[in-house]
Amino acid sequence: MRNREKTIELTGIVKRFYIGKPHELEILHGIDLTVYKGEFVSIVGASGSGKSTLMNIIGVLDRPTEGEYRLDGLDISALKDQELSRIRNQKIGFVFQTYNLISRTSALKNVELPMMYAGIGRKERAQRARHYLEMVGMEERMSHKPDELSGGQKQRVSIARAMANDPSIILADEPTGALDSKTGRRIMDIFHRLNREEGKTIVLITHSNELAAETDRIITIRDGEITGERRGA
Amino acid sequence: MLVLENILLALGSLRANKMRALLTILGIIIGIASVIAIMSVGNSIRSSVTSSMESMGANHITVGLRQKEPEEEVTEEGYRFEGEMQQASMTEEDYLTNEMLEDAEKEFADKIDGVLLSENVGEGQAKDGKLSSNVTLMGVNTAFLKNQDLKLLSGRLLTERDQKEKKGVVVVSDRVVRKLFDGDTKKAAGSQTEVYLNGKYYNYTIVGVYEYDKSAFTSLPEEYISTEMYLPFEAAREQAHSTAGYSQITLSAKTGVDSSDFAKELENWFNRKYFRHNENYEISATSMADMVASMTGMLTTISAAISAIAGISLLVGGIGVMNIMLVSITERTREIGTRKALGAPNGSIRLQFIMEAIVICLLGGFIGIVLGLVLAAVITKTMGYAASPSVEGIIFSVAFSIFIGVFFGYYPANKAAKMNPIDALRYE
Repeated sequence: MRNREKTIELTGIVKRFYIGKPHELEILHGIDLTVYKGEFVSIVGASGSGKSTLMNIIGVLDRPTEGEYRLDGLDISALKDQELSRIRNQKIGFVFQTYNLISRTSALKNVELPMMYAGIGRKERAQRARHYLEMVGMEERMSHKPDELSGGQKQRVSIARAMANDPSIILADEPTGALDSKTGRRIMDIFHRLNREEGKTIVLITHSNELAAETDRIITIRDGEITGERRGA
Repeated sequence: MLVLENILLALGSLRANKMRALLTILGIIIGIASVIAIMSVGNSIRSSVTSSMESMGANHITVGLRQKEPEEEVTEEGYRFEGEMQQASMTEEDYLTNEMLEDAEKEFADKIDGVLLSENVGEGQAKDGKLSSNVTLMGVNTAFLKNQDLKLLSGRLLTERDQKEKKGVVVVSDRVVRKLFDGDTKKAAGSQTEVYLNGKYYNYTIVGVYEYDKSAFTSLPEEYISTEMYLPFEAAREQAHSTAGYSQITLSAKTGVDSSDFAKELENWFNRKYFRHNENYEISATSMADMVASMTGMLTTISAAISAIAGISLLVGGIGVMNIMLVSITERTREIGTRKALGAPNGSIRLQFIMEAIVICLLGGFIGIVLGLVLAAVITKTMGYAASPSVEGIIFSVAFSIFIGVFFGYYPANKAAKMNPIDALRYE
């Protein structure tokens, strides 16, 4: 570990869903997890293990029912929705399994999107978007719409988008899940590079032990509880 | 800044769904176009009616007899009855007389410019052998003729002496001269003419020729147009054997006199002085300004009422916009989720969709305005009025388009803004 500065601190996180009284479903049963700056962590679990719910909480898309979540020392539970939007915009870059690019607009515009919400001017936006697209090797296809791109290319655009506001954390949910192994490999290489060269903290959610093995630390989750933690490569 | 971004976003999403956008806009287009067309046509009719009434004399006051309202009767039991309105025939005593008019002219010398008297003798033909031209024989006094503002081509108008001596002299139009004298206006003045009227022939001397105003509205074909032939007033009355007074006369007020107030003053004066003891009739005086005002008011009300009905189609159009926005939001649930994950605050999502609705409505509004104006131009042209686009209508349409956009866009936009990002991201 390059340094021991904490970035994500989860303490006793419980998440329950009310599916009509008196039934309630507890997905997470008290998760304690700390992620340090510059770390490449993977969270591994089968489907239904609660890893997606955990990712939603880490990505401040959702609030925990109980427990405390500190992000860079800031208590998330005390913040309003609007402030959470701002944190997602500034501190977290999302990479989804299904890319979630906006199909009507070009790759470039897609990458510009988080910067638009950050209130960055058009010129600077386009300039920075170009830079990040170059970084993922997509400089040739910037004006293409997502429909005209292959899966791997789409995922590269979405990584460029995740980088747009230069966040400290990249949250990748099964980023290679829809790709063949060769393309997946290239995507993983990009993550490694971002971690190594840009110093990004990366949290990778996956069900693949093989991919997880490449990361610094592997956290196994099962039935809403952390069942194992081991050092990776 | 953010507004511009959102307009561009909205245009982008409309472009992605051109057919759907067009169909949605159609409702707004039809609504706005019909409101604009109706208001503009109404405007044209109003201004042409007003100007034609004013050209007849904006300073004119019509003084006429009006049957008195029956008085209330109270029976012994205390019931009140409104007496039945009975048509009392006008007798000689009821009419306005020359003495009354002279008295009025003396009393209001500083306000009355002239009393305009005319007697329509009838329609006839000015003849010369086989040649003939339709004329309307009008007995007029000097004030009336002066008020007609005729453009004299040759000769002279009727003089006070013509009037006093009840001479058989006439002023004719150039149309008559064209038919009977080969257009030689010099020759016509001073010539004799024969007029066939009500089965009799009358002989008059032409003393002047005036230019016929072609712009006057008529639906008759060229051949049948009947032009006025002016005769001294008293001569005409003698010829028509009408010696009684007048049931209605027209006064022209001096410039600077408020004709509306003066009409009331005249009415009171006549009624107090001459009609207090008349059982059946009283005097009613109305200024042209009042008539124009009430006519204008009526036309405005009518066009506003029809516009309101047309406005219902706008409501339907607005509902169409709301419907399509709801569909669009459902379709774009994942997009909304993505935007939220990327840090779009709820307000920004709301603004995006409201702007989209406004852009749809404004686009429809602009097309509707253009279409409405074209429609109004075509209608007014076929009706023979001057086109007069309604500026209020245009401003109203733009404002109303925005209003519809906000009103019918708010609910869908708010729905989008309040979506849970996790559910939205997972939406298939």
